Amino acid sequence: MTSLPKTAPKKKLGLVIDLDICVGCHACATNCKEWNTGAKSAPLTDLNPHGNDPDGVWFNRIHTFETMSETGDSRTVHFPKSCLHCDNAPCVTVCPTGASYKREEDGIVLVNEDICIGCKLCSWACPYGAREYDETEGVMKKCTLCIDKIYNENLPVESRAPACVSTCPTGARSFGDLGDPNSDVSKLVAARQGYNLMPEQGTKPVNKYLPPRPKQDGVDAVPRTLEYADDEKGAAPLLARWVDKILSV
Amino acid sequence: MHPAKSVIYFTTATGAGYGLFFWLALLSFHNHLPADKAMGFVMLAVSFGLIITGLLSSTGHLGHPERAWRALSQWRSSWLSREGVMAILTFIPMGIFGVYWVFLDQNTGIAGVVGMVGAVMALVTVFTTSMIYACLKTIPAWHNIWTKIGYLVMSLMSGAVLVMALTTVFGMVDIAFHLFKPVGILLVTGLIVKAIYWRHIHSGKAVSTAESATGLGGFGKVSLAASPHSADNYLLKEMGFQIARKHATKIRLIAVILGFVLPFILIGVAMHYLQDMGRVLILCLATASCLLGLVFERWLFFAEAKHVVTLYYGQDKV
Repeated sequence: MTSLPKTAPKKKLGLVIDLDICVGCHACATNCKEWNTGAKSAPLTDLNPHGNDPDGVWFNRIHTFETMSETGDSRTVHFPKSCLHCDNAPCVTVCPTGASYKREEDGIVLVNEDICIGCKLCSWACPYGAREYDETEGVMKKCTLCIDKIYNENLPVESRAPACVSTCPTGARSFGDLGDPNSDVSKLVAARQGYNLMPEQGTKPVNKYLPPRPKQDGVDAVPRTLEYADDEKGAAPLLARWVDKILSV
Repeated sequence: MHPAKSVIYFTTATGAGYGLFFWLALLSFHNHLPADKAMGFVMLAVSFGLIITGLLSSTGHLGHPERAWRALSQWRSSWLSREGVMAILTFIPMGIFGVYWVFLDQNTGIAGVVGMVGAVMALVTVFTTSMIYACLKTIPAWHNIWTKIGYLVMSLMSGAVLVMALTTVFGMVDIAFHLFKPVGILLVTGLIVKAIYWRHIHSGKAVSTAESATGLGGFGKVSLAASPHSADNYLLKEMGFQIARKHATKIRLIAVILGFVLPFILIGVAMHYLQDMGRVLILCLATASCLLGLVFERWLFFAEAKHVVTLYYGQDKV
């Protein structure tokens, strides 16, 4: 059934991505590929992987943007992007077969590959480019929020998080229930003014992005330069100051 | 958007086929077409042929064509599903009308009424086709009323040009003259609708921007510094098609001339200055030109449409 759940899911599992912390290392995308090419949506087909024009299915892609203010202040922002598991998912309602669906119990958006006809309409309906077509399998694939990892009782509790979250070396990605206002992720979103991507598209994404923190003007504004050690107390160790004083005569 | 050949053929052919059926049913209902078996067979065969090959072609781009029947299940939410259901339901009155005409020599009375039901359902089917595209908010060039009006007008227009040529082929010149005015009006209307559509999509109004896509607008102008992969991925191949945009002005001119202007002139010449074979030939040429022009129009409809996902790949507004 590709209508959205009649009652909006209470539990809304999703990610919070901190753009202040992300260093753009692509580890999340790599581990995502690693886990998922052996998981529910396996294989994550690669076409011509060792050639000049490699292509393939990825659930997670890391863009890098540059912002330039009118005063010439620029920033580089690494920007990981995967399925946002929207509350009002347009990819679900356009699906003609019922293959694309949103789970009522936790809000995760999935594809039933056994009944997907590969019409690609869901990928047209998604504003975020979260869905990628697998040419060799003839079906649409997408982020499952590592459904076979987060509920996997064979794994230690601390490993029951999406692959991208488990692997992030900087802790830029958090996973949790965004439907619960008291969850850690919800508190994080509230504290850091987490926001939705393309709110004008009306998709009501569950995943939230945390903006880069403002630059600390005043402290960082005047760069420190390297100078000779002066004899001011505390500028250099005592011995060095003596040597400096003697040789400076 | 990548203009898949199968979908271009699907939308133009079914549009013309349903449009032709609309006119056949309308003319029959008003007692303008003799219930001649051979003629009925040929005309309906053209209409059914266009529709059926069009629908089959639409399954051509599927990853799993053998599962196409599953697409009929989600009519409550999906316009693509609704289109499939409507296309199949429309075959019922169309088929009954065809049986009446071809096997029972009857296309008025009850048959005429059934035909008109089919005609209305045919237009509803064309509308559902347009909604497959018009419902996508992510593609502002499609998500507007001119997409829907365009599909309906192009369908009625190409159907009218077809029926005019076919009636002349069967020697019913008086009916062709009867159709002269509606065909002319539809060709002009079609051109106006497309002109408004092109003006609308090039008005420069942005629905989404790189700033809204990233949420980084507060820091200034957003531009892409590094893309996720070194080679084009599925998203760029499917949504970031460039060739037609590069030649959009030329293709638009070709579409306008072949689709609207040339058929208008040819039909005028054929009806006013030519007789018999000459008239038939020129009307057939006008039909071919019109349909070919609509293929270009549809190619541009797909290729020129920008998807908001390109905002993550260097576009600044869509």
